[in-house]
Amino acid sequence: MTMQPASTEIASRTAAIIQEMRGLEGPLLPILHGIQEEFGHVPQDALPVIAEALNISKAEVHGVVTFYHDYRSHPAGRHVLKVCQAEACQSMGSDAVAAKLKQLLGIGFHETTSDGSVTLEPVYCLGLCACSPSAMLDGEVIGRLDDEKIEEIVAEVRS
Amino acid sequence: MIPRIYIPGDSGALALGAEKVAKAIASELAERGIEAKIVRNGSRGAYFLEPMVEVATANGRVAYGPVKPSDVKSLFDCGFLTGGHHKRWLGAPDKIPFLARQTRLTFARCGINDPLSLDAYKSLGGLNGLRNAVAMAPADIVKQVTESGLRGRGGAGFPTGIKWKTVLDTTADKKYIVCNADEGDSATFADRMIMEGDPFVLIEGMAIAGIATGATKGFVYIRSEYPHAVTMMNKAVEVARKAGVLGASVLGSPNAFDMEIRVGAGAYVCGEETALLNSLEGKRGVVRAKPPLPAIQGLFGKPTVINNVISLASVPVIMDKGAAFYKDFGMGRSRGTIPIQIAGNVKHAGLFEAAFGMTLGEIVDDIGGGTATGRPVKAVQVGGPLGAYFPRALFDTPFDYEAFAAKDGLIGHAGITVFDDTADMLKQARFAMEFCAIESCGKCTPCRIGSTRGVETIDKLAAGIEPEKNLALVTDLCNTMKFGSLCALGGFTPYPVMSSITHFPDDFKPAPVRVAAE
Repeated sequence: MTMQPASTEIASRTAAIIQEMRGLEGPLLPILHGIQEEFGHVPQDALPVIAEALNISKAEVHGVVTFYHDYRSHPAGRHVLKVCQAEACQSMGSDAVAAKLKQLLGIGFHETTSDGSVTLEPVYCLGLCACSPSAMLDGEVIGRLDDEKIEEIVAEVRS
Repeated sequence: MIPRIYIPGDSGALALGAEKVAKAIASELAERGIEAKIVRNGSRGAYFLEPMVEVATANGRVAYGPVKPSDVKSLFDCGFLTGGHHKRWLGAPDKIPFLARQTRLTFARCGINDPLSLDAYKSLGGLNGLRNAVAMAPADIVKQVTESGLRGRGGAGFPTGIKWKTVLDTTADKKYIVCNADEGDSATFADRMIMEGDPFVLIEGMAIAGIATGATKGFVYIRSEYPHAVTMMNKAVEVARKAGVLGASVLGSPNAFDMEIRVGAGAYVCGEETALLNSLEGKRGVVRAKPPLPAIQGLFGKPTVINNVISLASVPVIMDKGAAFYKDFGMGRSRGTIPIQIAGNVKHAGLFEAAFGMTLGEIVDDIGGGTATGRPVKAVQVGGPLGAYFPRALFDTPFDYEAFAAKDGLIGHAGITVFDDTADMLKQARFAMEFCAIESCGKCTPCRIGSTRGVETIDKLAAGIEPEKNLALVTDLCNTMKFGSLCALGGFTPYPVMSSITHFPDDFKPAPVRVAAE
């Protein structure tokens, strides 16, 4: 497990990110992206720092963070596997792909394996609809998933 | 002359192993001591042939595909650098039937060259449109776009020129051009392809929009599921800035225009224009009530042109070749070309740009070649998760905004998902409701509550509980959602649901042992 940084450290690293982005028009989303990249999630301790810097309420920041699917309240596993579950992939058996992955990894969607190796998530379209079913492993795209590719993915996240 | 080898860097090609092919080719070159230049181009869109490798020969380009890393050695043995014959040999790329049958206006350059080479872009007519535009009065540019008949390619089909005119006619100290690149609809990838394969055409289109309306700042809002497109657009903006295409003096003219790439955060509803504006402002992506129109009070309350990627990317060719040239393609009130994205369970999946007017049957059977599984086509969903499911009986419908509306469907962003006869339409209808429930912004009740009640009611249907009563209830609910929702998410979710019920009633009949959908 990764060590959680102390709240003062979160505050100072958050402040540095804000400093870099605050000149942008509408800086909140870029700031939150920056924070998630820095910490792997958006820590609660970062929220008051953002609110203070942008002169908005903590409730507003909380509202934005929780609105978007991308922002995590807790760190993800070492690997993040997103499996497309939208229509084009459905037509090519994405249900079976998801079932197989869940079975092999022993977790459901939005869950992380107990050893912290991988987080499994559904995604609604990766724009790879001409090579369905598709997935994204740590930002790398994979198309025409079959049993062989699924097993390769599982081996990779477990190694 | 050093041989040039083109290997797509497009994420669709990468998903099919293009990176491994590129590595294999590079190491084979090194091993054989051959000097060659590897160019990472975009994709031409024939994904059933990706990774498609091309070589530049004395007689023009020769394509090979789909290339596997294990093919690379034999490709060299067959002399592929000079176009030698091999089992993956496809000949000249523009003679490949899937590509040869297209009318490429917006995608004219996509996938041919290095997407970040401005010289390559210019060599194929790039920047001609912008050059013409800087010499024109804003009102004349708007007039030309209006006369071309271009309508919003994001799905709504609103005339682009009219939107631009409203922004031009509204006085303000600052105006914005916002490009909607939140391409969340399943079966659509045209925006992604153009951003990864020909980013300058979008930049050029946005600069023209800026000059035409008096806007000096542009934003491209790209969904976070498209990291490759984000990287490519950021690099392309940098190149364009350095070359003076963007900046204080666009192409040396007195017009200033610059732009920024912004990344979404996984909310489908941000593809709705007013939710997108809120998101750009750093707010929850909640839909705004209209009026005021974004063209009058948009981003940060300023007049804003908000257009889809393909709408903006279609503007350069209109400004280059004229309104009449563009308008000459198409049918009825649907003018020009549309990049049709053929996806899902289909043999020849890919992007097919054509003039409006082909029938759905031609697209699915002739161009798409039927299903990938070889089973009969049962249904095709046109227009993404909010589009209707059409049965074979409606395959004579021409691809045209009005023709689809007349059949209770929509062309949306022109994505087509093909399903074979194993598809369960009750399950698809349920998914439409479920997706709406996951992605609803929550502002209006029909969408927020209706979608959840929809899932529950369809589950009852699946379980055979009071089928007639529950079918009537779903129909009534769809009616409420259609007419009572604030935006297209709640308003159009009834399309896939009702079309499934109407065209595939057997799937909704109680079966003795119908397994309840998950």
